[in-house]
Amino acid sequence: MVQKLDTLVETPSQTAGPYVHIGCIPSFAGLEGVYPEDLGLRAIEDGAEGEVITITGSIYDGTGWAMRDAMFESWQADASGRFAGQQGADPKVNGFCRFAADKDTGEFTLTTVKPGATPTRAGGQQAPHIALWIVARGINIGLQTRIYFEDEDNSADPLLARIEQRNRVETLVAKKTGEGQYRFDIYLQGAQETVFLDL
Amino acid sequence: MSDQAYIDQGPLIPRNRAAHPVPYDPDYKTSVPRSPNQPLLSMESTLSEETGPRFGHSMLGPLDNNLILNYSKDAAKPAVGERILMHGRVLDEMGRPVPHTLVEIWQANAGGRYRHVKDGYLAPLDPNFGGCGRTLTDENGCYEFLTIRPGAYPWPNRGNDWRPMHIHISVFGHSFGQRLITQMYFEGDPLIERCPIAATVKSRSQLDRLVAPLDMAKARPLDFLAYKFDIVLRGRRQTMFENRMEGL
Ligand SMILES: [Fe+2]
Repeated sequence: MVQKLDTLVETPSQTAGPYVHIGCIPSFAGLEGVYPEDLGLRAIEDGAEGEVITITGSIYDGTGWAMRDAMFESWQADASGRFAGQQGADPKVNGFCRFAADKDTGEFTLTTVKPGATPTRAGGQQAPHIALWIVARGINIGLQTRIYFEDEDNSADPLLARIEQRNRVETLVAKKTGEGQYRFDIYLQGAQETVFLDL
Repeated sequence: MSDQAYIDQGPLIPRNRAAHPVPYDPDYKTSVPRSPNQPLLSMESTLSEETGPRFGHSMLGPLDNNLILNYSKDAAKPAVGERILMHGRVLDEMGRPVPHTLVEIWQANAGGRYRHVKDGYLAPLDPNFGGCGRTLTDENGCYEFLTIRPGAYPWPNRGNDWRPMHIHISVFGHSFGQRLITQMYFEGDPLIERCPIAATVKSRSQLDRLVAPLDMAKARPLDFLAYKFDIVLRGRRQTMFENRMEGL
């Protein structure tokens, strides 16, 4: 026998289910009047520094169906690479946003500022990116992924460098479709399966 | 280029995936097309996972954690159902309390019906029950909700599947990598053993951690019963060898 470790084990996840909206974004789901407004309604306030961008996309299940019930949370740095709560961070950047797939089309939209590069523990840089967390019915533990940008220099990003199949790097890179407009589609399965993260 | 210095509070402890449900489980049919086939890319956490949104008391209303009254907002119009106190502590893997973190819950009413545009179950809506609540943990990581015990409900999966009574819970922690959504079940519910969603957690001892015991120490006579539900979030590795000083 050995001494017993006193570290605890994380509580297991369970699916957020089909009604996640009433807990997290109740007004979106027709449950009005409990809170003044849904949490995480805006990633930025008016006057945030940097380029305001809109990212549009869908999340597809293994059959190619754009899921109508997924909910997303994003977390990101401001235009100079500072996260909300850090010294000098832009007070107009909340950094956090909650949004959902449209219940008729499955499309989601995130309006925010393009984040700056952020430092790494090893003294390097991470390319500008937005962390994304995805929950839905049928997803038993929230999926982590990232949105990078095709018009940024992603060549030295340590996470992208870890992807062995270089063709899969593209799954994390939003495509520019216009001035300040990007497209980011997520595939849960198949040849285009998005790289999901465990960090 | 970023001019930011790295603020190192220690990396998150890597997630033990065996403590969690399996992503793919044929008995939970929707998980079949919605579970990634490729392995996850594992790496040490970065600032994007080690920082996270913080929420303050200013956003909370006085009834936010009282689901019996937060929809009607009228003490004379309480929600129908068995009155319960749901309470517990949020800790991290090192056993430290997680103070001032947002806990959100949502649930069906006493008949098993959600107030959601997509729920068309036979059981009626309760005009005095919304079904969501939120609170911040105190300095010791403790939280409380006053609510009603939700009803079990049927759902389209196998021929005759019913969800055990459950409350959905969302917790933030202090870093985005700690984010967790789970469900609380109730001691003694025979539907837990029959539920394909509960059964996605393959470790018996881990599934037991989702079942809240009746807690008579917190029950108020002639008013409400209590159930205790503690939650453990990921912790951080903190050793004296984490921060390498310059020149070393
Ligand atoms: Fe549910």
